Amino acid sequence: MASHPENATKYVANDERMHWHDKALWFVREKRDKAAHGIPEWEQLRDYASTIKTHTMNKLDFYLEEFERNATAKGITVHWAKDAVEHNEIVHKLLKAKKVKKLVKSKSMLTEECHLNPYLEQRGIEVIDTDLGERIVQLRNEPPSHIVLPAIHLTKMDVSDTFHEHLGTEKGNDDPTYLTRAARASLREDFLTAEAGLTGVNFAIAETGGVVVCTNEGNADMGASLPKLHIASMGMEKIIPRLKDLSVFTRLLARSATGQAITSYTSHFHQPIEGGEMHIIIVDNKRAEFLANEKYRQALNCIRCGACMNTCPIYRRSGGHSYEHVIPGPIGSTIAAFKEPEKHNSLPFACTLCGSCTNVCPAKIDLDSQLYNHRQDLAEAGYLPKSKMLSMKVMTYVFNRPKLLDFAGFMARKIVPKLPKSLIYNKFNVWGKTRDLPEFPEHSFKELYTKMKKDERDKDDK
Amino acid sequence: MTSRDLILGKIKKNNIVPKADLPEYDNFGITYEDKFEQFAQTIQTVGGDAISTTKEELDVVIRSLYNEEKIIVSNVAESKLGNFIANDEEDAHNLKDIDLAIVKGQFAVAENGAVWLKNNDNRHRSLYFIAQNIVIVVKKSDILNNMHEAYRQISFEDSGYGVFVSGPSKTADIEQSLVIGAHGPKSGYVIFID
Amino acid sequence: MKIGLFIPCFMNELYPEASMATYKLLTNLNFDVEYPTNQTCCGQPMANSGCSKDVTSLAITFVNNFKKYDYIVAPSGSCVTMVKEHYAPFFEEDDKDYNKVKTSIYEITEFLHDIIKPENLDFSNISFPHRVGLHNSCHGHRALGLGSPTELNVPYNSKLENVLSLVPNIELVELNRRDECCGFGGTFCVTEDAISTAMGRDRINDHINSNVEVMTGADMSCLMHLNGLISREGTKLQVLHIAQILLGKDN
Repeated sequence: MASHPENATKYVANDERMHWHDKALWFVREKRDKAAHGIPEWEQLRDYASTIKTHTMNKLDFYLEEFERNATAKGITVHWAKDAVEHNEIVHKLLKAKKVKKLVKSKSMLTEECHLNPYLEQRGIEVIDTDLGERIVQLRNEPPSHIVLPAIHLTKMDVSDTFHEHLGTEKGNDDPTYLTRAARASLREDFLTAEAGLTGVNFAIAETGGVVVCTNEGNADMGASLPKLHIASMGMEKIIPRLKDLSVFTRLLARSATGQAITSYTSHFHQPIEGGEMHIIIVDNKRAEFLANEKYRQALNCIRCGACMNTCPIYRRSGGHSYEHVIPGPIGSTIAAFKEPEKHNSLPFACTLCGSCTNVCPAKIDLDSQLYNHRQDLAEAGYLPKSKMLSMKVMTYVFNRPKLLDFAGFMARKIVPKLPKSLIYNKFNVWGKTRDLPEFPEHSFKELYTKMKKDERDKDDK
Repeated sequence: MTSRDLILGKIKKNNIVPKADLPEYDNFGITYEDKFEQFAQTIQTVGGDAISTTKEELDVVIRSLYNEEKIIVSNVAESKLGNFIANDEEDAHNLKDIDLAIVKGQFAVAENGAVWLKNNDNRHRSLYFIAQNIVIVVKKSDILNNMHEAYRQISFEDSGYGVFVSGPSKTADIEQSLVIGAHGPKSGYVIFID
Repeated sequence: MKIGLFIPCFMNELYPEASMATYKLLTNLNFDVEYPTNQTCCGQPMANSGCSKDVTSLAITFVNNFKKYDYIVAPSGSCVTMVKEHYAPFFEEDDKDYNKVKTSIYEITEFLHDIIKPENLDFSNISFPHRVGLHNSCHGHRALGLGSPTELNVPYNSKLENVLSLVPNIELVELNRRDECCGFGGTFCVTEDAISTAMGRDRINDHINSNVEVMTGADMSCLMHLNGLISREGTKLQVLHIAQILLGKDN
């Protein structure tokens, strides 16, 4: 496992691709801006979303129980999974009972988090990711690089090569429409022959016991409405109290994610199809721990729109894979650092604390504050490099002694300008790799000020 | 101890999230002078279109949009174009060759070009997705301003499914190029009748 | 009425001209301005590196040095943000001195804009006939509210532009990405130097593509990073701290 800076350095080295990726995601950010600025009450909507989530998390157990009651009354079977392994076991058990050989799956970051695909494949079940972006990365055997735009890191020629290899499309034909039609035909076969469909959950409604899934492609519905078995996997934080609260989230989600007013389909599943079965798996997997932590609890309010990634200048220039976490970007970094701080200790530092992410978050999650706080927690837990800690201690020592600081500055201004460039710009001078040092002036401001004040006093004395 | 009890116990323990009152949405949300115009503009940006006509002209308009489609399903009383009865099929898979689905929409939402489909008489919800093309028919008087107004009209007390549909299916997963027609219908129209 | 001048540690050592410009902007308005000579770093580099506990002594020193002033003014949005937003853990909630300091500290342009007010500023004796690109440093922009962030659906405003536009003959140029981060980020500039450099270069290119002659801003740290790249690459773009333009720096 490499740190973020190591991965980022490699990504930046391919300057053309890095800029292409940056521009592609900035374009999505601009579309989001246009959509947000078209709704006069946009900031109020964000406040509502934040309030609804806070209210819900405060009473999460109450709402989960209400949801279970109402879903069960609708003929849905509700399961509870304490962790990723249990989630996978439940899915497998349900599929095995119906002798499922092929499962079609729509986008679910939760199932990525649980590594469901390899678990099922090892047990002889074919899993087909049906979201086009997810299907592309599945065929390439790589993880998605963005939670909403899984293949954003790939060019159309990359996709063409992949489809040529796996779907038999024309070599070199990278027309997006041609490629999409090929995927449509191939996946249509899968929808028609699968024995079960698994979807994620965008929102679960406690009041009605149903779940809402938003897609542009219609793949969640094709997967949930043709096979007789529908399994919906949800992180337990996806619960919202009332049907009418959906009005807030359906107005915020797509606009924040891609700048469209709403996804093509917003499906409200409240019971299985005729003669079918519907199961919902409520998953904890370390989410409950957030509720006890004032600094990080708002991370549970995430509606997985991806806006924070699109706006993050570091994400855009380093790509999702450089985070080595199922969810990248700002929200991914804070969740990762909370759940596995030592493993992901470089992620809170893959950030300049610019604050843009906090401003685009539809649920007003305090992302930049969380990343700042993680830095303090990592340092205290001893998960940061000793050399960095030492240099900070040295700096603090000097700064606590103004006269020492003055002296150090004085010496630097006397000596550095006289040193040969080869000595200054050596391999230890990371700043100097790409930047010149500032010009060192003869006098500090303090020296000039002190002299100025002395001259004034001397003049007054005369 | 079941996982259920374990999870609920964990949630209750040390939960420091503060209380907050849920908002209400009466008189909240953008409104439009001309809801049809706003609806039409929005749905055009997502690869669909909105047409206004009369009950009598409905089939003429549909045929002008789709004159080659062979297998047509209609659950709209005002259309006589249906030649395949989806509700007679036991297996939803048998809907796979439907070229055109003409379906009833309960109401349209101006702010986002979406139409709410919830028809308890429609046996297979897959009809909305498996058909190659879709026409949704809505009454002109059933256009709302925004999603807050929309959810006031929705209830699941006696039904198990409903969907907001905004335009045909689409994707931009290949280098952000918008392609209309992903896994659901590859084209779609909303026709408003009086 | 006495103003305490707070000069960021690195500006004191490396940018005495911009620091002096800040001082003169205030004395030209007939304020009694004092620079407490015992002042030192605000602690931002340590806090951003995870060592905020080490900042305790620095925070206490800061409040002790500056509590006696009616206003505290600094040529740095990020240092002001550090004092206002990140010193709370080091003081009791009802600490009178910190609460006073917190509510009376301003970035220089913010001070001119909010306290003096644009209609009372007189720049008639200077002229700056140049195409100027404004770099909106993140802390000043989003944390202090110096300008309306492009992410938010709020009315457009820019205190920096409001004051700069009063300078005779100045031409403020519109950029493509008005408030994207420059990539300095404190120790980020060396721990993630590849991304930092990429971000800085993109900011510079935005100014170049808009035919900017002079880049300015309210945070010398951002400008130091950008100028470092400009100098290394020989780019034709001058960098000046906003206080220098407002005082009447000859180009």
